[in-house]
Amino acid sequence: MKVKNPYLPIPAVVKRAYIETTDHMLRTLELKFLKEEDAQAFHFIPGQFCELSIFGKGEAPFGIASSPTEDGRLTFTINKAGVVTTALHHIEEGSEIGIRGPLGNGYPMELFKGKNLLVIGGGFAFTTLRSLITYFLHPANRSQVNQITVIYGARMPGLLLYKEELNSWQKREDIHLVVTVDWGDKDWKGKVGLVPNVLEELAPSSENTIAVICGPPMMIKFTLPKLVALQFPDERIYTSLERRMKCGIGKCGRCNIGHLYVCKDGPVFNYAQLKNLPRDD
Amino acid sequence: MKWKLEKKDFQKFLQGLMEDYDLFAPVKLTEGVSEFKKINQPEEVYLNQLFTQKPAKEVFFPQSEVMFHYEKRGGQTQTISLEEIERERILLGAKPCEIKAISIIEKVFMSGESIDVYFLEKRRKTIIMGLACNHPLSTCFCTSTGGSPFLREGSDLFLIDLGESFLMEGITGKGLSFQENKFLKEPSEEDLNTAQLIESKAFQKVDSSVPVEGIEKRLDLMMESTFWNRVHEKCVGCRICTYLCPTCHCFDMVDEGGPQRGQRVRNWDSCLSPLYSLETSGHNPRPTGRERTRQRIMHKFNYYPKIYGQVACVGCGRCILYCPVHFDIRKAILWTSPKRPKKYEERSSS
Repeated sequence: MKVKNPYLPIPAVVKRAYIETTDHMLRTLELKFLKEEDAQAFHFIPGQFCELSIFGKGEAPFGIASSPTEDGRLTFTINKAGVVTTALHHIEEGSEIGIRGPLGNGYPMELFKGKNLLVIGGGFAFTTLRSLITYFLHPANRSQVNQITVIYGARMPGLLLYKEELNSWQKREDIHLVVTVDWGDKDWKGKVGLVPNVLEELAPSSENTIAVICGPPMMIKFTLPKLVALQFPDERIYTSLERRMKCGIGKCGRCNIGHLYVCKDGPVFNYAQLKNLPRDD
Repeated sequence: MKWKLEKKDFQKFLQGLMEDYDLFAPVKLTEGVSEFKKINQPEEVYLNQLFTQKPAKEVFFPQSEVMFHYEKRGGQTQTISLEEIERERILLGAKPCEIKAISIIEKVFMSGESIDVYFLEKRRKTIIMGLACNHPLSTCFCTSTGGSPFLREGSDLFLIDLGESFLMEGITGKGLSFQENKFLKEPSEEDLNTAQLIESKAFQKVDSSVPVEGIEKRLDLMMESTFWNRVHEKCVGCRICTYLCPTCHCFDMVDEGGPQRGQRVRNWDSCLSPLYSLETSGHNPRPTGRERTRQRIMHKFNYYPKIYGQVACVGCGRCILYCPVHFDIRKAILWTSPKRPKKYEERSSS
């Protein structure tokens, strides 16, 4: 029997591309598989990622920002930083792109069932959190979890992702969204404050609640003690890690933390797991 | 099943193999340097060097390997994977340690949800004719890592050099399938005795005192030890130990070419390189030699064993032999154990 080659990118095309933020560093790409059979075979859960290829430039890993509940919509939000991401910022609508994935474990959706969800995001790490929230806000899935509380922070109002969506979530009754910025501008009417402080002020109950936290290391460093103070046990705090990756399937080395590979055993881990890992940071 | 192959028939024997297989064996490049290569003429096969600098892993996992070509045709890019090899292969003259190492890499590449098809294809189309290690060096410690200079495991056919002839042992079905070969003869009682004598002599030469046993548990407690502050100090970061290591399997993937056509290539990579884990943001989870050396040693003796139940070191000694600053992994292993000399204790606390 022929074994599938996990290194071959699946051909896709950029259906839509748009800049998200005023600093023009974050761009969302909406992709479409060229072949219908590839689209049919692509099943993912929130928290998984893909390797995106631009031939001649190479590959890089990105969390999936769309949700499987969005009728085959497949989006990634790219931070312009290196060779591949810069190419992804310049790629035009209609251009070809290669996709490998979905890769990684994703969020443990089964474990979230029947629980309250506290989602804490900072900066452009909000991508897979958007996928998670969108999944549970879907009418078919909304009853799977109880309260959904979201704290999302960015440095400035112009750096917030998915603004239209945030506005529509603000209006809904079945999600409590708190958006905060480190410093506002003249038009900003919302909250000003750092994510850890906003969490402290909001003080959500940890009872029957799972916390999912994703953001820059500094935010996580100062938010974790607040969660601990709210009596969240390590097993109910989830995060998604990033490491330099190449293969995405646990072969090339590189992204391990102890005996676990972020690409195949993660990127989603809970704090009980992370506490047992040797520190390489 | 055992046979004897006279050395005068050896090249004709190889010629016969080459009619049906691509033959890979050590080839002498220059004095003291040999490498596993595809054989064009039987006389190229060179088995006199104890071992090649680059291990036999290269036959399955080349230093640089084109994974696929891509080319834009009619507005659409086609990819052509190069995983398939046309002919079945024979790997001849690999030593027991490096054959054991292939099985260690195999566990990574050929298990899990995704299979490395490039490795798999070569592995399943290769018959391994191992060669016993008659003259282990002072840097060899295979018997400390669960191997032996005469370990048959992993070979399909096992050769022992008796001087004027080879004693050949069929180990697997694939190996036994050569029994009809016209150059193979019945060995004499004396041949078998000689082979046994060579085996026990070779075994005695290998250092079996390196305290590898129990190292996984010991390292569990050493992640933040001051040992790591010192152990990396003389390492110059040349990475030769990882490239020449028969169990190291890390690789990098790069595109060669432009947007129209080109190829994606994978190259051996090394955890001792600062670039290996450097992220585009500038963050590096392993910023100094301390973390990188720790990664190399922990992977072999703690992380890998946690997943696969065995250490990822076969005691071939290449990393000791070729290190420009004489970093000796045996010393590092010794340090982790209660057998370490007193002076280490003093140094670590200083």
